[in-house]
Amino acid sequence: MSSSQGVVTSAERHHAHHFESGLAEFEACKQAMWIFLVTEVLFFSGMFVLYAVLRVFYPQMMHDAHHLLDWKMGALNTVILICSSLTMALAVSAAQKGEKDNIVKYIWLTFFFSCGFLIVKFFEYSHKIHEGILPGAMWHFEELKAAKAPLFFSVYFVMTGIHGLHVIIGMGVMLWLIKRAKRNEFGPEYFTPVEMTGLYWHFVDLVWIYLFPLLYLVS
Amino acid sequence: MTRLMFALLSISSAHAATLPVAATDVSQSWDSLYWFLVWVSAFFFVGIVIAMIIFVVKYRKEVNKKSTYIHGHTGLEIIWTIIPSILLFTMFGWGWVVYKEMIHAPADATEIHVIGKQWMWQFVYKNGTSSIGDLYVPLNKPVKMVMSSEDVIHSFFIPNFRVKQDVVPGMYTYVWFEAKTPGIHQIFCTEYCGTSHSGMLGRVIVLKDDQWKDFQQGKKIDVNSLPADPTFPGFRANMLGEGLPTANAAGSTGGQISLAEKGKALTAAKGCVACHTADGVKLVGPSYKGIYGSDVKLADGSTVKIDENYIRESIENPTAKVVEGFPPSMPPYKGLVNEEEIMAITEYIKSLK
Amino acid sequence: MSTAPATAHGDNYINHSKGIMSWLGTLDHKRIGMMYLFTVMIFFLIGGIFALGIRLELFSPGMQYMTPDNYNRFFTYHGAIMVFMVIIPLIPAAMGNFILPMQLGAKDVAFPRWNLVSYYVYLSGALLAASTLFLKGVDTGWTFYTPYSIRSNSSATFVLLGAFIMGFSSILTGLNFIVTIHKLRAPGLTWGRLPLFVWALYATSIIQVLATPVLAITLLLLVLERTLGIGVFDPKLGGDPVLFQHFFWFYSHPAVYIMVLPGMGVISELVPVFSRKPIFGYKAIAGATFGIALVSFIVWGHHLFVSGQSEFANFVFSLITMFVAIPTGVKVFSWLGTMYKGSLRMTVPMLYVFGFLFVFTIGGLTGVFLAVVSIDVHLTDTYFVIAHFHYVMVGGTILAFLGGLHYWFPKFTGKMYQDGPAKLGCWLVMIGFNATFFPQFIVGTLGMPRRYADYLPQFTTLNRASTVGSWILAVGLFLTMINLWRSMKNGKPAGDNPWGALTLEWQTTSPPPFENFNYEPVVTEGPYEYTGEKAKG
Repeated sequence: MSSSQGVVTSAERHHAHHFESGLAEFEACKQAMWIFLVTEVLFFSGMFVLYAVLRVFYPQMMHDAHHLLDWKMGALNTVILICSSLTMALAVSAAQKGEKDNIVKYIWLTFFFSCGFLIVKFFEYSHKIHEGILPGAMWHFEELKAAKAPLFFSVYFVMTGIHGLHVIIGMGVMLWLIKRAKRNEFGPEYFTPVEMTGLYWHFVDLVWIYLFPLLYLVS
Repeated sequence: MTRLMFALLSISSAHAATLPVAATDVSQSWDSLYWFLVWVSAFFFVGIVIAMIIFVVKYRKEVNKKSTYIHGHTGLEIIWTIIPSILLFTMFGWGWVVYKEMIHAPADATEIHVIGKQWMWQFVYKNGTSSIGDLYVPLNKPVKMVMSSEDVIHSFFIPNFRVKQDVVPGMYTYVWFEAKTPGIHQIFCTEYCGTSHSGMLGRVIVLKDDQWKDFQQGKKIDVNSLPADPTFPGFRANMLGEGLPTANAAGSTGGQISLAEKGKALTAAKGCVACHTADGVKLVGPSYKGIYGSDVKLADGSTVKIDENYIRESIENPTAKVVEGFPPSMPPYKGLVNEEEIMAITEYIKSLK
Repeated sequence: MSTAPATAHGDNYINHSKGIMSWLGTLDHKRIGMMYLFTVMIFFLIGGIFALGIRLELFSPGMQYMTPDNYNRFFTYHGAIMVFMVIIPLIPAAMGNFILPMQLGAKDVAFPRWNLVSYYVYLSGALLAASTLFLKGVDTGWTFYTPYSIRSNSSATFVLLGAFIMGFSSILTGLNFIVTIHKLRAPGLTWGRLPLFVWALYATSIIQVLATPVLAITLLLLVLERTLGIGVFDPKLGGDPVLFQHFFWFYSHPAVYIMVLPGMGVISELVPVFSRKPIFGYKAIAGATFGIALVSFIVWGHHLFVSGQSEFANFVFSLITMFVAIPTGVKVFSWLGTMYKGSLRMTVPMLYVFGFLFVFTIGGLTGVFLAVVSIDVHLTDTYFVIAHFHYVMVGGTILAFLGGLHYWFPKFTGKMYQDGPAKLGCWLVMIGFNATFFPQFIVGTLGMPRRYADYLPQFTTLNRASTVGSWILAVGLFLTMINLWRSMKNGKPAGDNPWGALTLEWQTTSPPPFENFNYEPVVTEGPYEYTGEKAKG
């Protein structure tokens, strides 16, 4: 998307003293956010490597253990997150046009979708806790005897847990954006925070789109 | 060929002072490669230092008032990229040949099991016997160690043989060697494993044919009559600080030693000194000094008198009556010490008033 | 390198605003750099005290001053403090923060607020880790190998969390530097005209950004192991302890290049200035810097040669590790080539350059020994490795840092250090350093393992020599630091550009004004064009 359309580069646009223009500042922020997302990719990749190691060495265990997950709930969460990405993109678009009411509306929608995601996760987690399907040393689920099955759930809980933490942090940022939007802070000359949050949110969605098939659908 | 190169390379070097003795053929191969690396490194290092000295002498500003404008020299840059590359790949290639020699055990190697545990080495032989700290192997025959750990990662290291491998819980690792020098060779644990990491020592006891046969038949070997570790001549201890009675290479200790002295030697040989001192200092376990006949409080609150039965029980099943303030971390010695040895250790503890 | 500076009118970044809060809440990259410098030096002192404790205990065999458990804590804290709190942030944060924007002709880094945040994140993580000194302490070694680190009854979790937090500081600094270098260069400052210090910081920042997140997840997983028993590294729960080593070294190997590349960048600055001659092979040095940074990501397995990993892995990692020596050698030869037919000024910074070349060459060459897998089998986990990494980290990074500190001291403070004590300090550091660590090569080759609280009596003489060396090194470092401190208070005014250097930071006042330049810098040529009058010694 060509988000630099409509950005005014003149000196009227307030920017920090060490940048030569508002456009330069915006470009710098975008670059920084992309680099930050690369660090996030590497952070999650450690967990994906853990998954891959278990998958390569214990394919049967991974297959048996994953049946304890409810793929329908996972699929529902995938749909929820994709919708939230859509509403987030609409919020960024509204910010670029300075449509204050739409900005607020779309960010609230994204927020509610995220709540939905967390509620589904709550039900999944509480079911597992109830059944004793827990990581590592806390495992006490008698019906699955595969020796290393608790490790699958270590990976499951760590990956979805850290992902969920990123969702919660995103929701906090959304509330801050709503507050600022209500104060008329975003328009064609300045919508950087909304755009950056949008990038972050798409990343969070993307991680889930990899997590879902690997954890829920592996066979 | 390797032997000739080894001889040539070590003639002018101070190898006797800076490398352990080469007690196997693999050690000699290793040493040849090592000296090649030393010489190449010395050449470059000395060259760089000489260049620096010359530059300071010739080009300091008092002597050379103005610099010459030079940006680079492609030819020179190519040369000093290519020549080191060739040297490095030669080192890698030679190194790989030696590595294969180090890790591929001959098919007919005698297998001995190693169990590393905090903080001792246990060796289990094919005939079912077991020893702690002292690894008995035959001279001039390949031996393969099959190793695992009971608790944390340790590492099995015999400097004279240039042999080392981590000993990992949950998996087996291997080393092999063929000892060409009879007598004693030091073993170290070389992966940090906690409190007594530096006390987790051992000895390889390389036995000539007749003594190896004796060992296999269960006869006791008088370790003190064997040559000491050639890298550290005169040193015969196998655990923290406690040396065994020294002998010259030819003879025996001469004369009987008392039961208490024997017990003292056993506390070194069996690994007790890694955790128990004789001088009152508390380590992982209580000191032996002055405990015999006294009353001690146990972890469960009860009191007990330290007598022969307590000592026997604490050797064979240590977690039964742990003294208050100490961790229940001593591994059981049941089956690893016999009656005579328990008796000797008890006498020794009695002697430490 | 550019137009002449405007005359100073007394206003500089130090007196620009007053009061402690104007420092603690500053957004000025120069003040943030100074805050980092002071904080890192305090941790260097603490880490050094642990080192002296280690060497004191190792003066004689047997335990004289501490129990084995406390010894194990001493080497753990020495390593953890020196790695995470000192050497990783040292040159980038405590020096780069000040100098980088100036060398680019910029007014600040791209994100001054995130810069301040990075300092407080670093401080919080460091304090959290240091707080464990008053709790149960840690005795796992700074490498935290499992399963010992899982079971260890210690405050390891807080140190792990502290290091985790400090990692974010490293990431923020790297991110800030990358965007700054991309976006805030002065007109005319093309990539081919960048000072090599900037190239070094750029490559370092890329490593920081790519590698540190992997450390973050590794430490987090270990914290979860200790607290929740997730089992991935614990053989008792079906996990793999060697997997931890792979995760850990995937970060920690590139990390050593975070430590050394900036040091090499400093040397690349010092050599042309004090030879009055352009750097020899500018492109080769810049290219070598990036070559080292890239290759550093694919050699981590050389820390696992005896871990039980496969023969194939050992082959690949050994072969690729040999590659790293090539660009490193290119740099050393290029620095020497710069001095050839130069007009050398034997200032204190230049003394440190010679010291660096002497010591770093030994460190680098001994690295080649360790890269050859068969040689590594005997030498790994012995004092040979300890000597090797101290030669490159202390000999490399710290000597380069001290050279850079003396070089940029007039820029930071406006004053000149006292020459006599500085030279004496440099000699004592060099003698003390070599006396401490060279014997360790020998005692390691003889078989003395590392992390040994006690050792066989045969190793006594070499250990004693090493301990005495550590005292000389300590005196040298104290003398150097005290001299700098006193010169900061009472030194003579240095003038704006006492070295006649050509890079942009010297084309303004010393100390610099709040906005760095009182004019708009424009760059018309490379950073080391010492020609004509400028080529005179």
